[in-house]
Amino acid sequence: MSLATEVPVLPAVAAYPGVEGRLFRAGGREDLAAYRATGGYAVVEDVERLLDQVDEAGVRGRGGAAFPIARKIRTVRDGRGVPVAVANGEEGEPASVKDRWLLRTRPHLVLDGLRLASLMVGADEVHVYVSDPGSAESVRAAVQELGGAGVWDAQVEVTVVEPTYVAGEETAAVQALNGGPALPTDKPPRPFEEGVKGRPTLVNNVETLANLPLVQRLGATGYRELGTVASTGTFLLTLSGCAATGLYEVPFGVTLTEVLSWLGEDPAQVDGVLMGGYFAGVLGRQVLDASLEYDAIKALHSGLGCGAVGVLSSGTCAVEVSAAVMAYFARENAGQCGSCFNGTAAMSAVLEALRDHRAEAADVERLTDWSVRLRGRGACGTLDGATNVAAAVLREFPDAVTTHLDGTCATCAGNEGQPLSRAPFAVALPAA
Amino acid sequence: MKIKLDRTKCDGFGFCAKYAPETFDLDEWGYVSLIGAGNVAPEHEDGVRRALLDCPVHAITELHTHAEETAAR
Repeated sequence: MSLATEVPVLPAVAAYPGVEGRLFRAGGREDLAAYRATGGYAVVEDVERLLDQVDEAGVRGRGGAAFPIARKIRTVRDGRGVPVAVANGEEGEPASVKDRWLLRTRPHLVLDGLRLASLMVGADEVHVYVSDPGSAESVRAAVQELGGAGVWDAQVEVTVVEPTYVAGEETAAVQALNGGPALPTDKPPRPFEEGVKGRPTLVNNVETLANLPLVQRLGATGYRELGTVASTGTFLLTLSGCAATGLYEVPFGVTLTEVLSWLGEDPAQVDGVLMGGYFAGVLGRQVLDASLEYDAIKALHSGLGCGAVGVLSSGTCAVEVSAAVMAYFARENAGQCGSCFNGTAAMSAVLEALRDHRAEAADVERLTDWSVRLRGRGACGTLDGATNVAAAVLREFPDAVTTHLDGTCATCAGNEGQPLSRAPFAVALPAA
Repeated sequence: MKIKLDRTKCDGFGFCAKYAPETFDLDEWGYVSLIGAGNVAPEHEDGVRRALLDCPVHAITELHTHAEETAAR
């Protein structure tokens, strides 16, 4: 059961059958020579043509918002002032390890993506923003390898901040790079309008950037050979809560049943999932046969987010998991917006009381009300994530809510009063 | 008139919702969010301006277009 077990340290990394030569690579850290041997850091003959290819390939952001990257690049390029490009590898999401794995293992793939992104927006300043010491060390070594190699002569600035949930938000990255605290700021302005040094700033998740060299190498058509029409290519799935916990590169459009079966897990033993890391909340068994792509998961009122999926195996209570995630939000929010620090604390109190069989119907009514009315009231996405978590458990697991109101949840009986301090489905990497 | 609100600054004094309730909405703890995208109708400008001036933490800012900024220089 996820709340009682130790945090797994990246036990497995693999690619789904049929996925080759994209993000996954076996073995240890890839150095410059090994990366160049795959065709990396290829000369860009025509920047505009490359941007068209990225557009035609349909690459969407892998940080959680799934925004089409070509549109973002064009907006930044056409903004007022000389753009800045930022690779965002600050992975604050406890249930995800993909960004740190990429930076530690394939730093040149990410840097090559940053090179292509900065070319396409016309940036004269590039940053890599991280919190994981192992990622920072790997990227710094990669930047050093690039010095004098004659493939990319940009000055890449590596910035390391303390790891927090909110530090990965793009406005937090911009504020930190501007010399401030790594805390989100309210919008407007958004970074694409006014970011680092007040200039239009392209902030991209590192997995998003890692896809750009793939488009350059495969072309739009080749890139689209995997994935679905609207969710193209592959994504890094951080799977946790089961024996097969690990990081897997899978094509968009595969089902969770297919993934679990491939990994030797029994889908019949799954009651649902915690979807999209901590952002989308729990989702019932209908997720098993849904296509893992942005629109299909959105149609289930959930979200693929950063691609982290925590499996609720039989015997895991969705109310307890949701209470633990909400407790995390109540602890880890930025402490800036009143609606957020009050709202997450209030929703956490109700979910904890519900877990402990102390809540009454009126408490659940208040939770329902907050899950709707607090949406959109924070400067960053934290409060929206919290409202999603509340709304999801009420919508997806009404029977579990009822058994908790009745005081009859067999899974949680005896757990009353237990601390909710462990982050559920958290996955870690070995110490650097 | 176009404004922006910085919710990271709001300390919940609530003057804004008193002077311009059609523009500022308080949650049950007294913290504010904008109703709409910050475009203020002419008939509400006086109340919003009073809210802007009276906000003790300066969480409300009037936004000017690039053309207006250039003309003002």
